[in-house]
Amino acid sequence: MLETLQNLGSGFAIAASPGVLVYAFAGCVIGTLVGMLPGVGPLAGISLLLPASYGLNATTAIVMLAGIYYGAMYGGSTTSILMRIPGEAASVMTCIDGYAMTRKGRAGPALAIAAVGSYIAGTASVVGLMLLAPPLAAFALSFGPPEYVALLLLGLTVLAYMSGGSVPKSLAMAALGLLLGMIGIDPMSGYFRFSYGLVELGDGIGIVPVAVGLFGVSEILLTAGQAETPQVIKPKLRNLLPSREEWRDAAGPIGRGTVLGFLIGIVPGSAHIISSFVSYAVERRLSKHPERFGHGAVEGVAGPESANNSATSGALVPMLALGVPSGPIPAVMMAAMMVHGVSPGPMLIQQQPELFWGVIASMYVGNFVLLILNLPLVGLFVNLLRIPYPLLYPAILVFSVVGVYAVNGSVVDVWIMAVMGALGYLLRKLDFETAPIVLGLVLAPMLEMSLRQSLALSSGSYAVFVTRPIAATMLGIGLAVLLFSLRPLLTARADWRRKLGLEEAPIAGEEEKR
Amino acid sequence: MLTRDRVGGIALLLFAVAVIWEDRAFPLGSVTKPGPGYMPMLLASILAATAILVIWTGGRSPALTSLGWCEWRHVIAILAGCIFAALALERIGYRLTVIVLVGFLLWVVERKQPAVVVATALGLSLGTFYVFSTLLQVPLPLGPGDF
Repeated sequence: MLETLQNLGSGFAIAASPGVLVYAFAGCVIGTLVGMLPGVGPLAGISLLLPASYGLNATTAIVMLAGIYYGAMYGGSTTSILMRIPGEAASVMTCIDGYAMTRKGRAGPALAIAAVGSYIAGTASVVGLMLLAPPLAAFALSFGPPEYVALLLLGLTVLAYMSGGSVPKSLAMAALGLLLGMIGIDPMSGYFRFSYGLVELGDGIGIVPVAVGLFGVSEILLTAGQAETPQVIKPKLRNLLPSREEWRDAAGPIGRGTVLGFLIGIVPGSAHIISSFVSYAVERRLSKHPERFGHGAVEGVAGPESANNSATSGALVPMLALGVPSGPIPAVMMAAMMVHGVSPGPMLIQQQPELFWGVIASMYVGNFVLLILNLPLVGLFVNLLRIPYPLLYPAILVFSVVGVYAVNGSVVDVWIMAVMGALGYLLRKLDFETAPIVLGLVLAPMLEMSLRQSLALSSGSYAVFVTRPIAATMLGIGLAVLLFSLRPLLTARADWRRKLGLEEAPIAGEEEKR
Repeated sequence: MLTRDRVGGIALLLFAVAVIWEDRAFPLGSVTKPGPGYMPMLLASILAATAILVIWTGGRSPALTSLGWCEWRHVIAILAGCIFAALALERIGYRLTVIVLVGFLLWVVERKQPAVVVATALGLSLGTFYVFSTLLQVPLPLGPGDF
């Protein structure tokens, strides 16, 4: 514990240096704006702004990108509360009671509760990250290739189960992502697979053009022809303070949301989205007045907002400690770290403690910056939403092009972005979840290499996966999750996913046109 | 009935079959010693299996005819803009590409006033070039006359 505090102290020395502090601040501001813009969620935002970090050292770059990540989580709540437009998917639940509070003239308290809840959850979850990541990384040092195969398969299975949409569709999307990850030179044999003469594909398809295409461009394609500038309600600073009763009602949901969000964040899947759904459901179940939910219950804002911010830190645990991203956003963060020559994983904390502890300390600082910056400036930030979408989307497209091109200085990446944009558009029109594609793409080379190394170690015997206890346990859990997830298909029973709205219910008639 | 899930499932199944066909070019190896074609074959087979599952269970999803395509003009225009950017970026340079791209989207697609089109196109082109190339030292392609 003393060592942890000492390390944290040295982390704060790095995070409090003016150079790092400025970029933490900039990351939080940019992240807030990114989170507020419909169609530019944290994933596309981090991908687009990755080139802006090229000139920075690794610690500063990661601090800025982490600031964008949790700034975006915060920014999403503002549009949800004021306009009933979720800036990003995790804020969907906040729309329900947040906007109802706005209509009752309680927009300010809703924003303040969301901000304070996010701050408490963000800070508490960083404590969890700080305490959990180092021992997990030390444990992971005993992992060999068979354990990594088991871990990756477990991660993909849990991701498919926890993602929105049906399990077969999520599994198909993960398989599609893994297949895309097969493009490029096979490191063990030197074969150039599925390149069709394009030497730029030697290193495989980059995660940035895929993420920007699937999430950024596809959102523009879905939204550009439909949007009209919505009415913006601008709260005044003096109206921000919640009443004593509102504080009392919000305290429990903030605490529960923090714990739930962190635990769900560690599990692979769309953690920040699921955590807000689960938190809302829990608060409604626990409430003495569940009938108030949907009509401006402050618990319906405090719980989900705390949970999705807490999940942000939770999701970084497996990425930093094991080198295995638990979702598409940590996957992009991991790609960003690798661009800067940092390899997340068990060795990171030992070999680059200043980076790890600097990032941890900057997260404390970033959460505080978000609290003191965003509430007073909320009136200023919402002006961004007054820009008509027909003027906004060409700008987002330009940022997409420059962001994607700048990664490798290659137009092939711009082509990939365009193709992925069209693919993402079609998949989303057909109600397919695209997040597993990104994760599959990142995990594919790791999975193939670990599988082939495992078989080389065991002279071709698959028994290596069941004779090693850690690998066998993880594969057993993965198999159980797979069977459990396929059960509703056979029994036609609605499980908890459908009750939470993560899976579509069977329809009786024609669905309303999108 | 042709539903959204079934259409998606059929497309994924066809893609998986195409990958399996293309994968013939690489040595498969064996189950105990996988070659470069092994993993793509395995993954394409898993994709095909899950696609069949999606088709099988897809009867309860909304009908394909329930999809609205009111944004199709924008979709074609924006994708055409992306293709133009990919073709033009290293030929006419970043700044000219962005001017043409934004000008096309605002003037032809969105029918904005010429003054708005010119101001936005020039502002985005020169502004992003200044931020990324000049301030952040990200190399962006130059066009005729180093513009």
